Order: sequence, then C-alpha cells, then structure tokens
Amino acid sequence: MTYVSLDVAHLALAATLILINGAVSWAFALGLGRTLFINATRMTIQLALIGFVLNWIFEQTSPLWTVALALIMVLVAGYEIVSRLSRRPKGIEVYLLGSGTLLVVGTFATVFTVAGLIGPDPWYQPRYVLPVLGMVLGNAMTGIALTASTLLETAARERPAIEARLSLGADRFTAMAATLRLALKTGLMPILNAMAASGVVSLPGMMTGQILAGLDPIEATKYQIMIMFVIAGATALGVVIAGYATVLLITDARHRLRLDRLHPPSKV
Amino acid sequence: MECKAAVLRVDKLKIANLPPLSFEVADGECMGIEGRSGSGKTRLARALADLEPAHGHIFVNGAERLETPPTEWRRLVRYVSAEPGWWSDTAREAFPVAAASQKALQRLLASLDIAPGLLDRPVSLLSTGERQRLALARALIDDPPVLILDEPTSALDPRTTALVEELLRYRLLSGCSILLISHDRAQIDRLSDLRLQLAPLHEAEAGGAGAS
Repeated sequence: MTYVSLDVAHLALAATLILINGAVSWAFALGLGRTLFINATRMTIQLALIGFVLNWIFEQTSPLWTVALALIMVLVAGYEIVSRLSRRPKGIEVYLLGSGTLLVVGTFATVFTVAGLIGPDPWYQPRYVLPVLGMVLGNAMTGIALTASTLLETAARERPAIEARLSLGADRFTAMAATLRLALKTGLMPILNAMAASGVVSLPGMMTGQILAGLDPIEATKYQIMIMFVIAGATALGVVIAGYATVLLITDARHRLRLDRLHPPSKV
Repeated sequence: MECKAAVLRVDKLKIANLPPLSFEVADGECMGIEGRSGSGKTRLARALADLEPAHGHIFVNGAERLETPPTEWRRLVRYVSAEPGWWSDTAREAFPVAAASQKALQRLLASLDIAPGLLDRPVSLLSTGERQRLALARALIDDPPVLILDEPTSALDPRTTALVEELLRYRLLSGCSILLISHDRAQIDRLSDLRLQLAPLHEAEAGGAGAS
C-alpha cells in the first residue's frame, strides 16, 4: 500500500488556503466572511463526526447500526429533495414521496450491488453498504428533485392545456403525459451527462479515492464503471417512481388538477 | 350532429362565497349566466365539469357527478374555457382520431368557417379567433349532451359569432342543454331561455365558507 496518512498539522496547513476565500470576500466587499467561517467550520465538524460515526459502526457486529445510519441518510436526502422544490406541495406527503422513493431505490441498488456484484462475506458489511448507498442516494436525489420540480412548475404553467385535456375526457395520466415526459427527461439529464464526462472532464470521486488509497487504477476504474451503471439504473427507477407519485400528488381521485395543493412560488 | 337529450340539475352547489345554487336546465334549454368579473362564473363552470371540488349535487339525467367516473362525467358535461389550452403542435392532434368520422369533422369545421388547412398549421400561428373556434369544434366533435361555454365568442367578429350562435341553436334543437357565460347581454338575450344572475362576492352573505 502506498497510502500516506495525514495528521492534524497537515489539515491545519490546508486550512490556510481558506484564507484565499477570505481575501476574495474582503477585496470585493462580498460580505461573505461570516458565512465562510460558519460553513468551513460546519464542514470540518460534520466530516469529523461522520468519520467517528463510521469508525464506530465499522466496529459493530450488529447490522442494525448500519440500517439505522442508512435510514438517517435516506431521511436527510428526502428532506433535501423537498427543499429543492421551487413550488412546494402542502402537507407531509411530499416528504414521504422523497424519502419513500429513495428508500425503495437505495435498498434495491445497494443490495443488488453489494450482495449481487461485489459480494463480500458477509455481504452487509457497512464498509461496502454505506458508501454505495451514499453514492446512489446523492445521484438519485438530484434526479428526483429535478423531476419533481420540473413537473410541478410545468403543471402550473401548462394548466390550461392539462385542464383542456381533462375537460375533453382524458384521465389524469393522459392529461399530464407531456408534462411527465419533460420532467423525466430533465431528471435523467445529469446522470447521462455525468456518464459522458467521466474520465475525460472529471475523475469520479470514488475512483479518485481508491487510487489515492493505493489501489491499482485499472481496478479502481472497474469499480467506477460498475457504480456508474448502478447509479444510472437507480436514478432512472427513482425518477419514474417520483414522477408518477408527483402526478398523483397534484391530482385527485376525481382526476382534477389540484394546484391549490401547492404553496405559492417561493422566491429563488 | 346529434346529442342525447340531457337534463342538468344542480342542487345546493356551494361555490366560493356565493349562496348555495340550485337550478335545472332541461333538454334543449340554454341558461345564460351573468355576473361581474370575479362573481364566480368561471368557478361555477369549472365545478359543474368537476374540475374543482365543490359541495353539493349535480345530476345529468339522474346520474350524480360523484357517482359517475370523472372521465365519463366530462364527456357528459363538456366545459370550454375562455382561454382554451393546447398541448400539441397542430390542432389536428387535439381531435380524437378514431372517435369522429372525418366527414363529421369536416361538416363541423365548415359550419364554423374553419378552412381544413388550419388543422395542420402550428397552433401558435393561428389567430385567437381561429383558436377559439377550433377549441369549440374540439369540444363538440363527440356530441356532449351538456355544454358549458365560457365566453365562447369573445375573440370573434360579428359574422363568426353568428355562425357559432347558429351552431349552438342547432345543438339545442337536437336536445343538448347549454350553459352560456357571456358578457354580451344581447347574446344571452338571443340564445337563453333562462338566466342565472350571480351576485358579486362582496354582496353575497358575509363570512361564507370559501373553498380552499
């Protein structure tokens, strides 16, 4: 292994680079000094904490702790989806939509990858489960948030067209078919772009990490290719589930478009 | 151009701050709906087509709104909004392909003085009046028994307005019932057998429960 360990002195030295941000904020009177300080501190504390948490979980023999952390990750990502919506639905269902979709997609993709493809013994080791879940959630979250956001905004904008179709006797899925298609397409764009750019414009994070940790680049690449496919599949599944769920959320059993279930547009 | 005779009966329908509405429109009758802007005319029309929730009962030939599947209900009670939306590039895609025979479609378009070529022109390039007449044609092609028209001639000149009115009269003769929202008093006088005057919101009972 060519792995080089860092100690606190290295980190302190790296932290001096944040002074560049401070200098920029000061020179251009951006007034970001306070935010910069708080966010840099937050980042350090959050990462240090998760390091200790992961360290502790890795030492536990019971998979219950892994499940517990996985659930927290799903809930936080679900909350993040909702906070990215510019037209937010009222009520608690939208949180269920975000977290529920991620739970289905994350469980499926993680079990498939770790148990089915990587196959460590036992397969449910947190060292494999949690990073894979994290990558799946991060990407699926982006796709789902884009899909739901596009669908809600487009439905509000295209209300006359959607209601014209309903008036002519179409059911809610037919009336919203064009809207749903646009939303699905938008939600899938980031992962499609990521696949095209990876290896040329960007070196994906997991592969970079494995290489830094001393793994042979060819081996690291194999892992990365696998994870890209898994992420793409998981995102597609998540986007479709979330798309249909969002249609159900803003229509009712009488096939009406219920824009009254949305909060007024927030200023972004 | 035949539609089944239909009787529309509305029983204690609650729209916004208006007092509960009850009325009946028999087959072959046209009811004019009058009231200032904001008096709830459009909301009444939307509630009748079950496009927005409203308490109360609505019957067509004895079938209650909530006991009829919504897609079926909107084939019985056809609402044409004042600003009809389009979801396809050309108007032709908005007409059901199988349901209507091409002959019936051509007859309908001719009666509204719409050149058949307009069907294949991008909707965005059509004039407001052309779009309005096409939206009416699209709503009439499957012969719905109850028609709810929200300002159907607002963008039309006197000649095409007369064509639309002629078409509506023909529908009434064949047993349709029509609810007509119009700012044009004379038009309501020409077509309606009965009329419904909606009191503006501030004149309605104070503190009435507003639908969310």
